[in-house]
Amino acid sequence: MAELLISISIPDWLAHTIAALVQCGLLLAIALCSAAVGIWLERKVSARIQDRLGPTRVGGKFGWLQPPADGLKLICKEDIIPAAADHILFRIAPYVCFCATFCVFLALPFANGWVAVELNAGAFFLLAVAGLEIFGVILGGYASGSKWSLYGAMREAAQVVSYEIPLGLCVVVVVILTGTMNLVEIGNQQAGWFFNWHIFHDPFTFVVFWVYVTCAVASSNRAPFDLPEAESELVAGFLTEYSGFRWVFFFMGEYASMFVVSGLGALLFLGGWNGPIPIASLLGLTPDGGDVFGWIGNLLGMCNFIAKAFAGMTFMIWLRWTLPRLRIDQVITTCLKYCVPIVSAMLAGVMLWSFFLPGGLILHVRSRYVAQPPSAVQSRAESSITAEGGCATRNTMDIR
Amino acid sequence: MQAERAQSDTVEFDVRTDEMLINMGPQHPSTHGVLRVVLRTDGEVVSEVTPHIGYLHRSAEKIAEKLTVRQYLPYTDRLDYLAAMNMNLGWALTVEKLLGRRVSEKTRHLRVIIAELNRIASHLVAAGCFGLDLGSFTPFMWTFREREKIVDLFEEICGARLTYSYLLPGGVTAGPPDGWFGRCEAFLDQFDPVIDELHALLTSNAIFIKRTADVGVLPPEMAIDYGCTGPVLRASGVDWDLRRDGEPICTEMYDGYTWQVIAPTGGRYPDDHPYPPVPPEAVVGDSWHRFFVRMLEVVQSMYLIRQGIEKYSADDGELDKPIKIKEKLPKGEAYLETEAPKGQMGFMIVGDGSAVPWRVRIRSSSFCNISPLPELCRGVLIADMPAILASLDIVLGEIDR
Repeated sequence: MAELLISISIPDWLAHTIAALVQCGLLLAIALCSAAVGIWLERKVSARIQDRLGPTRVGGKFGWLQPPADGLKLICKEDIIPAAADHILFRIAPYVCFCATFCVFLALPFANGWVAVELNAGAFFLLAVAGLEIFGVILGGYASGSKWSLYGAMREAAQVVSYEIPLGLCVVVVVILTGTMNLVEIGNQQAGWFFNWHIFHDPFTFVVFWVYVTCAVASSNRAPFDLPEAESELVAGFLTEYSGFRWVFFFMGEYASMFVVSGLGALLFLGGWNGPIPIASLLGLTPDGGDVFGWIGNLLGMCNFIAKAFAGMTFMIWLRWTLPRLRIDQVITTCLKYCVPIVSAMLAGVMLWSFFLPGGLILHVRSRYVAQPPSAVQSRAESSITAEGGCATRNTMDIR
Repeated sequence: MQAERAQSDTVEFDVRTDEMLINMGPQHPSTHGVLRVVLRTDGEVVSEVTPHIGYLHRSAEKIAEKLTVRQYLPYTDRLDYLAAMNMNLGWALTVEKLLGRRVSEKTRHLRVIIAELNRIASHLVAAGCFGLDLGSFTPFMWTFREREKIVDLFEEICGARLTYSYLLPGGVTAGPPDGWFGRCEAFLDQFDPVIDELHALLTSNAIFIKRTADVGVLPPEMAIDYGCTGPVLRASGVDWDLRRDGEPICTEMYDGYTWQVIAPTGGRYPDDHPYPPVPPEAVVGDSWHRFFVRMLEVVQSMYLIRQGIEKYSADDGELDKPIKIKEKLPKGEAYLETEAPKGQMGFMIVGDGSAVPWRVRIRSSSFCNISPLPELCRGVLIADMPAILASLDIVLGEIDR
């Protein structure tokens, strides 16, 4: 885009600024839309679970416009800052929280090559930036000047910091399998049929996926791990003193981060933008077939990706409205006594597996018992077997 | 006993940090109304809990000295407002005891049906709120959906949905409308599978068991010392129910009915229930048992209602008319405790020959049931505090009177 602007004789610096702003705007729209749809989904799904109807009036029969209406209501609310609060930090906190979640969208690919910034260390960047969200929460809880908020913040710190470890290890498992931290490449390596997805690579990755789900739910503070805002214990945790627009930012941040962890899960384990059946490549909708076909294929891929991410969000919503909340000691126990050892063992398992059977379980079975595997599968098997003596772990990682 | 208690006053910590005093309530989402609890905490560990009551005090006893016993009836609705019928019944039976009256058989059966329906409603609220306080919102909606159906039945019978004023001293305001018992039975029929759903959602849920089993254990001796009654006492393994063990005026009401008092005596429940088994982690007297006892009592209440409907329909007698508004009370006093859903509700009336009582005293079950809270909550985590409070199932209207 910047090149286009420069070509119509707009100064360099201005062209880059405009391009950056437009791209930011697009990303922000995606982040906000995912949050809004998430909120709508939460209201409708929870209503169904609880034998209610949920929103039915605003924006037609299904209440599509309920999230904007909620937002409008919240913006119109009186802006309250408690007298005991640290005014500056109290104001900053929601934006820190939202910005961290928003930055994650920078590195999140929606389809093959459709990513704002293609980072070679994308997985690493994503985890690191998503972890920044807790600064906003801790800041908000601390600056509120309320004991309940402080408790919420402390719980957030304890919980999220613990869960970053198994979450990181889950990502490491995939990184070892693929030999890259580039999320676009990780997605592309799972192209083809659904058994190319990492979740079906071998039994260990299947277990790792569920550990990832647990950790993802915990790190986005969703029930049964919603301790920082446990409404029956801590009033509203770190959100107690927030109202109006600042509260909206925390809320948006929460839903956007739900989208992010679901999207990352889809990308790492569920094939990202590759559907269970490679319709796009069977129809020739790949970049090899020309720009337009590639674009259409990518559009389909994006639909795939977004569908998977929202399926993940629906799963989280389903969990939230079914399970009671764990206690803080049980949350930490789950992390340190179960998640970390399990994922460590699985990490070792995956290493051994990829040493002996680099192609994955189903691929191995197919290549053994089926005479002619499909070409897409074959090419992948070849590529991973040829990669330095069959051990994908030895691939060098090139970090930009 | 004293020495043991004194020793258990100190909570052991691995690491001590600065203590913090936190005020929970009176505007807190999980203090069930306007209870205020002051917590002394060290990190997440609660070392001391002090409940402060009185935010809902309405001088209920003093008001009774200005009104005749029948005029006072609507005030009893406001004691335990989740079981107003049982409050009405307690008051009515006490007045009848003072007046030396007995109601007809037909009235008795109607009273059993109504009281047990309200017991189900009250236990449903307890179960739903327990789920809510553990962070699970859905059971709350499900139990309130069922309670709503009971409330609809009550609305048909007396016009009110919360404060019924229906079971008057001496009789009832009016008999049930046509077809009411049919609708009552229809409710029970569709309610049966819902109980299984609630058990699936809470009782046998792994997280629910983790949160409630062995939490807030109330030993039977302590329960008796503190005067705990109702499901709280029975969950501690004390087999005591005034519907069976109370004064004749109470027990006569249930003459001819077959039912069981639910109490895990010796750590075991009656085996003939189709509900989930007791998890190995659960200890008699903990929050899990308090929840489970209520859920099983609901089933017993359903048996009682079915029998009541049968007996009521078979009876050819007449429903009694209530006493006159200015019915004179004899000189003397009467005290009667009845088994309300939350425990033993006691009314004492001192008559001086006029229509207005000279003095009325109300013994509240929730007041006694909340009193062991400081003992139960010593050394637990903050998250357990609302869970234990919810398992005690208190209603502030009754505590503060």
